[in-house]
Amino acid sequence: MAVEDKMIDIIVEQLSVDRDKVVPGASFVDDLGADSLDLVELIMAMEEEFDVEIPDEEAEKIVTVQNAIDFVAKIQD
Amino acid sequence: MKRRVVVTGIGLVTPLGVGTQETWNALINGKSGVGPITRFDASDHASQIAAEVKDFNPELWFEKKQAKNLDAFVQYGVAAADMAWKNSGLSITDENVDRVGVITGCGMGGLPTIEEYHSVLQKRGPRKITPFFIPRVIPNMPSGHISMRIGSKGPNLTQTTACAAGTHAVGEAFRHIAYGDCDIAVTGGTESVICPLAVGGFSAMKALSTRNDDPTTASRPFDRDRDGFIISEGAGMMILEELESAQKRGATIYAEVIGYGQSSDAYHIAAPPEDGEGAARCMKAALRDAGLNPGDLDYINAHGTSTPLNDKCETQAIKTVFGEHAHKLMISSTKSMTGHMLGAAGGIEAAFTTMSLYNGIIPPTANLHNPDPNCDLDYVPLTAREVKLETAMSNSFGFGGTNGVVVFRRFA
Repeated sequence: MAVEDKMIDIIVEQLSVDRDKVVPGASFVDDLGADSLDLVELIMAMEEEFDVEIPDEEAEKIVTVQNAIDFVAKIQD
Repeated sequence: MKRRVVVTGIGLVTPLGVGTQETWNALINGKSGVGPITRFDASDHASQIAAEVKDFNPELWFEKKQAKNLDAFVQYGVAAADMAWKNSGLSITDENVDRVGVITGCGMGGLPTIEEYHSVLQKRGPRKITPFFIPRVIPNMPSGHISMRIGSKGPNLTQTTACAAGTHAVGEAFRHIAYGDCDIAVTGGTESVICPLAVGGFSAMKALSTRNDDPTTASRPFDRDRDGFIISEGAGMMILEELESAQKRGATIYAEVIGYGQSSDAYHIAAPPEDGEGAARCMKAALRDAGLNPGDLDYINAHGTSTPLNDKCETQAIKTVFGEHAHKLMISSTKSMTGHMLGAAGGIEAAFTTMSLYNGIIPPTANLHNPDPNCDLDYVPLTAREVKLETAMSNSFGFGGTNGVVVFRRFA
């Protein structure tokens, strides 16, 4: 739960979107208005918050809110 | 054949106010925008004063996400352009979309962000550099964002000729319209570098005033006690438009742009030659382009930086160009109130010159209590002067020895 809440905070902050739009199935590009540069910055913010390193090939697979939560949960296990 | 070009919109973001009227009212009342530096702790700097833009609310122009990825020089430029565009009453249509250009000036770009991310790079490595670093710092971003905002698809350029950038932008926009490259142009200048590197850098050149205990009187062009310029920031944008286009739509015409001159000193990286001969050739070139004789000119909005060298050399240059008429000319330096907005200065001062012609009021040279014996012309000291002007020029001279002059005529 902690990861999910923190992740939503980061997404709201980075993409300046309403919290209620940040649902698990939301796509960063299609639903939350991110462009390719926003995505890079979002991944950097995740690395910062969770103290992890996300390689580019992994970052490319993170396209929805759920993808991001799952990735961080997995790497922290 | 050259087409006639007029000014149909003005937008200003300055230390005197966010808005054209706010700025103008302060200007003709001789108010100073200078105060202690608040953007960073300047206590270990020789110059601790600046003219900062106050009360600028980015959210009036940008969504939160966009604002955080735009340096202040881009925000000011876009805000001023937006005001000017609305003031002109123009809109983008299928017919004009590729006939509207954007030509702005900026001396330095996003230096505060360069400072910030140099520190990030040193402390935390290259992986911590934001993908918005480059788009935040490159000097042509104001032009890019302005075109994206209004949807204009004509020429898109940026002059980076230091303190002459704004004037060169206005001159180039005038040429672009006169020669048919576009019919309408958003033009002017923008700058925001009140940061340790810029203040320290200009200080090292002994270019800045150190009158830290009395900021509002520190900018005193042509005064014998002047001791350097005051770093300032902001943006001044105008809409230039081909005359027939403006008349067809019944636009308010603030003034006509009638001449543009350029020259190079080929002398020194920062200092002008003693006799100001580069500036003089530039003024002559602008008068020739305007079809005016020296005796035809009424007013000069001077470069007038308040540095010991500039004001003396500019005065000498004016005497060279105008001879006896130099003593009949009215001259003022609005930098006495705005400080030196660097690459934005030419844009702001072109707008002030236009407004002087339109309103029949010359803003004063504030703080000119004791004229330098080398500066013995009519600088409209201390108090604004109401006078119907027919013609006026705006001077700008930049480091690297680059000069620009634009000439305007009252539109009647």
